[in-house]
Amino acid sequence: MIKKTTSPKKTEVVDPGYDARQAPINAKLGPDEKIAFFRDMLRIRRFEERCLRSYTQGKIGGFLHLYIGQESIAVGCVSVMGDNDHIITAYRDHGHALAVGMGMNEMMAENYGKYTGCSKGKGGSMHYFDPSRHYWGGHGIVGGQIPLGTGIAYALKYKGLKGACMAFMGDGAVNQGAVHESYNLAALWDLPVVFIIENNGYSMGTSQERSSAGENLAGRAAGYGMNWAIVQNGHDVYEVRDKVGKALKLAHDHCKPTVLEIRTYRYRGHSVADPDSTYRDKSEIEEYKNTKDPIMVYQNALVAEGVLNDEIIKKIDDSARAEAETSAQFAEQSPYPTIADIKKDVYWEVDNPQDKKSVGNLFFD
Amino acid sequence: MPVITYREALRHAMDEELTRDPNVVILGEEVGQFQGAYKITEGLLAKHGPKRIVDTPISEAGFLGMGVGSAMLGLRPVMELMFFSFYSVAFDQIFNNAANIRYMSGGLINCPIVIRGPANGGTNVGATHSHTPESIAAYHPGIKVVVPSTAYDAKGLLKSAIRDNDPVIFLENTMLYGESCEVPTEEYLIPLGQAKVMREGTDISIIGHGRSIQMALKSAIMLKEKHNINAEVIDLRSIRPLDEAAILASVRKTNRVLLVEEAKPFCSVSAMIACIIQEKAFDYLDAPIRRVTSMDAPAIYSPPLEKEQLPTPQKIFDAALVVLK
Ligand SMILES: Cc1ncc(C[n+]2csc(CCOP(=O)(O)OP(=O)(O)O)c2C)c(N)n1
Ligand SMILES: [Mg+2]
Repeated sequence: MIKKTTSPKKTEVVDPGYDARQAPINAKLGPDEKIAFFRDMLRIRRFEERCLRSYTQGKIGGFLHLYIGQESIAVGCVSVMGDNDHIITAYRDHGHALAVGMGMNEMMAENYGKYTGCSKGKGGSMHYFDPSRHYWGGHGIVGGQIPLGTGIAYALKYKGLKGACMAFMGDGAVNQGAVHESYNLAALWDLPVVFIIENNGYSMGTSQERSSAGENLAGRAAGYGMNWAIVQNGHDVYEVRDKVGKALKLAHDHCKPTVLEIRTYRYRGHSVADPDSTYRDKSEIEEYKNTKDPIMVYQNALVAEGVLNDEIIKKIDDSARAEAETSAQFAEQSPYPTIADIKKDVYWEVDNPQDKKSVGNLFFD
Repeated sequence: MPVITYREALRHAMDEELTRDPNVVILGEEVGQFQGAYKITEGLLAKHGPKRIVDTPISEAGFLGMGVGSAMLGLRPVMELMFFSFYSVAFDQIFNNAANIRYMSGGLINCPIVIRGPANGGTNVGATHSHTPESIAAYHPGIKVVVPSTAYDAKGLLKSAIRDNDPVIFLENTMLYGESCEVPTEEYLIPLGQAKVMREGTDISIIGHGRSIQMALKSAIMLKEKHNINAEVIDLRSIRPLDEAAILASVRKTNRVLLVEEAKPFCSVSAMIACIIQEKAFDYLDAPIRRVTSMDAPAIYSPPLEKEQLPTPQKIFDAALVVLK
């Protein structure tokens, strides 16, 4: 079996005195904010568990890529977003969507392929979007969203807005050419983008060792003269916040990009269809779950601090479960798109006939 | 009316749109300092500055994808491909991202990008540089495809393409860059999807797009002079949207059809149009539809042979006589 990749590498300097809780961005947090992070992570987990149930019942088609184990990343990153910051990610997109404030109803309905879904049932689980919340997807082609994220950063800079784009990808995506082209463009033109690698150790069934040359993934940024950093404890929402916050600040204040590698782990198979029996030991999963589960670790810390107690935890958990259950019912009861809907949202012009300038046929059936 | 080249017409279109809309930005390899590999963007950097006219690295997937992302946020990037053939290294960004983003977001996002550049054979640059991907592009719902054959059309269509809220693939032709015609100084727009009758006739409809139309016009003169045949020549100008009405009206008038294009024959635009005609105007046909396309092989380098691989006025003339037999 291949060894786990979440431990620090030889030459990565880890400051033994580093305490993410003491970082300025975290030190000032009040109990309400802390509870909100906890709640957001738990909502993601309960939502996905509910998705899994629906998937197993055959109510959700295609793939279902669960984020379970990685919740601290979406919540931590989104918690430091400012008014002009944007995000884009790959197909493992439920966590980011909930973190930016999308509703479980529209997300679950999308999974069910219903018209009330966030993309009217046209995108599915891998393709969520909500531009009103600066959430630009939800992308199914590994690495394909990274040039788009770079372009969002380019547009922010062009418009003179003090904002940045966080462009998320997996540890497998770093080997796509489009990602490297984006690195070069971002560094060359000083674009306000934070490339975030959620390194969960595996791309499908291939471990980092079997797919990526070099000691770590973020360090490749050095070849482009770009800032890079590693979040060793991706399960720690505070460390995520601290390091992403610094990268965002660099983007805001100096228009400089960063590659940030966040070490994390996924508990479930690559997608629900993955039997997860060929490429890693169950003990590896258990060890991570028992020692680094982002929700458990944070819950214990907040209990020790006196911010959480059993009663509050139960209330938050019950409400997250109920919200997820309600979303499944909402999805269940929602209508499917109609045959006529298949051909809507293809062309802006067709959907806006009052402003249509072109003539001629756009469809051929 | 001033006579200007196709190249100048494209430049004027971009210049006017850059002046009109601060969200328009030109990006591509060598478009700025070098003044354009084919000098289309000559002078634009000096006039509009480096924020608006941006030299990119040789990174088609990266910069085209970046253009798509910036269009999602409201810019109107006009991306130059030095040769349109290089689209293949950015295929995913164009045909997954630009083409599908509106659909997959349920209409929440649109992508007002123009991707333009020369897509033609006939310049002895071999198979890698001579692709004519109009049918490949038009195959994708969500994408629009425009192919101007004159300076007048190049200007009016490019301006419309830049204002369009959907992604537009704009296919030019290096062999036409130096061709001129009268182009008004006053502003004008040509709607996408409107074919143009280049020559009226009653005996046969020759329908196509791009440089083949210039050849068809020569063939039409030969047909008139040698056989007193009145050929109607129709330039589609836009592939998607497609002016089906103009095609069918001409077929109903002449009852005979010859389709011409520079692309390869399999799954090409002419194949699609033949299908539309048999579906919608079968009873009007007095003869089978014929096509003149490139010969079905990768573009050959050898200069005299490449001429023979492509459509020629003579081939169009000969094929028209077969249709009229
Ligand atoms: C271009 C492309 N190749 C292959 C796939 C199939 N595929 C989907 S996800 C995946 C693994 C990607 O792993 P990683 O980037 O580490 O992200 P993770 O799934 O771990 O979040 C593969 C091979 C794809 N969707 N796109
Ligand atoms: Mg991975």
